Amino acid sequence: MAQEAHEEHGDGFEPRILVFACNWCSYAGADLAGVSRLQMPASCRVIRVMCSARVRPEFVIAALSKGLDGVLVLGCHPGECHYSEGNYFTRRRGLFLKQLLEYVGIEPERFQVRWVSASEGAKFADTVEEVTEQIKALGPNRPRAHS
Amino acid sequence: MPKTRVGVFVCHCGNNIGGVVRVPEVVEFARTLPNVVYAEDNLYTCSEEGLSSIKSQIGEQNLNRVVVASCTPRTHEPLFKEACEEAGLNRYLFEFVNIREHCSWVHAHEPAKATEKAKELVKMGVAKACYLEPQEEFESEVFPAALVIGGGISGMTAALSLAGQGVDVHLVERERELGGLIRRVRTLFPTEQDTAEVLGPLIERVEKHPQITTYLGSEVESVEGFIGDFDVTVASDGAASELKVGTIIVATGAQELKPLELYGYSQLPNVVTQLDFEEKFKRDAEIPRNVVMINCVGARIPERTYCGRFCCTTAIKNAIWLKEQDPDGSVYVLHRDVMAYGVDIEEFYRRAMELGVRFLRYDIDDPPQILGEERAEAVRVQHQLMGREVVLPADLVILTTPLVAQEGSEKVSKMLKVPLGSEGFFLEAHLKLRPVEFSTDGIFVCGSARYPSNISESVSQAYATAAKAAIPIEDGFVRVEAITAYCDERSCSACGNCVEVCPFGAIELQEGRFGTTAHVNVAQCKGCGCCVAACPSGSMQQRGFDDRQLLSMISALAEEMTGGAGSP
Repeated sequence: MAQEAHEEHGDGFEPRILVFACNWCSYAGADLAGVSRLQMPASCRVIRVMCSARVRPEFVIAALSKGLDGVLVLGCHPGECHYSEGNYFTRRRGLFLKQLLEYVGIEPERFQVRWVSASEGAKFADTVEEVTEQIKALGPNRPRAHS
Repeated sequence: MPKTRVGVFVCHCGNNIGGVVRVPEVVEFARTLPNVVYAEDNLYTCSEEGLSSIKSQIGEQNLNRVVVASCTPRTHEPLFKEACEEAGLNRYLFEFVNIREHCSWVHAHEPAKATEKAKELVKMGVAKACYLEPQEEFESEVFPAALVIGGGISGMTAALSLAGQGVDVHLVERERELGGLIRRVRTLFPTEQDTAEVLGPLIERVEKHPQITTYLGSEVESVEGFIGDFDVTVASDGAASELKVGTIIVATGAQELKPLELYGYSQLPNVVTQLDFEEKFKRDAEIPRNVVMINCVGARIPERTYCGRFCCTTAIKNAIWLKEQDPDGSVYVLHRDVMAYGVDIEEFYRRAMELGVRFLRYDIDDPPQILGEERAEAVRVQHQLMGREVVLPADLVILTTPLVAQEGSEKVSKMLKVPLGSEGFFLEAHLKLRPVEFSTDGIFVCGSARYPSNISESVSQAYATAAKAAIPIEDGFVRVEAITAYCDERSCSACGNCVEVCPFGAIELQEGRFGTTAHVNVAQCKGCGCCVAACPSGSMQQRGFDDRQLLSMISALAEEMTGGAGSP
């Protein structure tokens, strides 16, 4: 199905992805990617939060139902949360949220949770690249009109 | 409530942003956004000129929200917040938009897309800014003591400097003796002093200082809390000490790379590292006649890309030492490039050459080879300048290896919640602007824990951390960023989810005006927002990151899709 969508929309489709980045790790990782001048697709828009666990499921649903093509939540690696355990909540919540998305008819792959530390500028760039490709393959998000 | 009046300042950052993003177009776009009454571009918004423009426009345009689109809040937010405050605007009515690290620098070849993205980011920032509210910062006391982890040159220097400023210092050293790595080195470059001459007096001063408590053979077991109020457990010989400190300095140092797989090290008895040489040969062993050193062993390779910085100088030092013991002996230094930086060390390098030390460049793709079965007898190397192979007789081969991250760094990193870089050394908040601090307030780093540093560099960094770590202690309090959680008691149903998820035990269910509801103890709240996301009724919110603010950003971004239709 993903393949079909890809063919249908060709290579012209540029996904728009909302990123929530933790202030302590992935936001700094994104900064490092910039400082290192790592080039990446212009698909992502970052919202800084103090912890990935601040991301309410509602935000993800709002973004996807308003037509954004993907939501990426970035947090500290397990065991490295600045607030001890916030990213464990993110991880657990992410699993439930994927099921919920499927239930309401949104491809769960449009929502992803990844871990990027402050020193992983290259991983941030790779993650953006990879997630962009994955969402590109899914094609544009078409939420129902009433959302 | 007065009408929202947003001012937007878009920075060119010289060519850094302006060379990619079409800044005037972003400014034009900003002017069309709801509630924006003023927008301008600046060559450098962080310059005196840019800051005074923000200040004067707050007055002239009667701005009650300021948005700056430039670099990263991680370095420049305090500067702009202060400018707002100086102009009489509450510092929490400021919003930062990152269009450099997150935009122009990473889409350098796509000016059109970068410009579009910058516009959207500005739109999101303005949307959030409209919902910002003034906040008061909470002041929290700082416990007047400091913890220094590591009793090498860096740690001892930092401890003495802090104690000299009147601060009580707890100095924790894993080994049973103070001195760190340098204790195993016999002479120091470029003065060629005996290490004991430098180390001895330093250790004595630390041991005698009434304000320094030293814990030898001890390790920091756990650290809880935040700047001003860290609870530390130090374990020594099965016994534990509980300490309270206001600030922490990480001076855990580094260790020499043992090149186990390289050049017959650990198989051939006369192939040693520079540190082995210091420890064994420079004390009482017989001076070998023909010595070959190989530099850059295990450094500047794909697995370990960095330069050890002073390994070349160590090789030069030991080459000079050998020549001084036996002027007729031969000493070859095989190198890839000689890093003899600075005034003194370049001079030191020249002296080695004058004494007859031969420096010979080798190619990493055709590295030297050790000849000999039971022991190294000679080294074969392709002489790059002569363009032919030479065989150098060797009684001793010394491998020059870089320092690598200290054993146990990961444990310290996790305990303090400070990051390590890709090579396993501690990662500072900003390479240029905050070189001895972590992003986490109240924790600092110096010496080889951060990257291989020689003694004078370690000492300078130790002074820097001691000065930094003393500031909050001297002030007696720190201002805690007003990003804490709060509860709207009117809609709280006292389900207790927030109490359960709070990592800091900052929330309690209490009787109040609206019955039993959640109450946040601001002094304990660290602003993660776990409770906010867990609250089913939306009663729990976080200052500066509340639901309306974040949802408005999402809506602002999503609107672009439909050409501006829809609202938050």
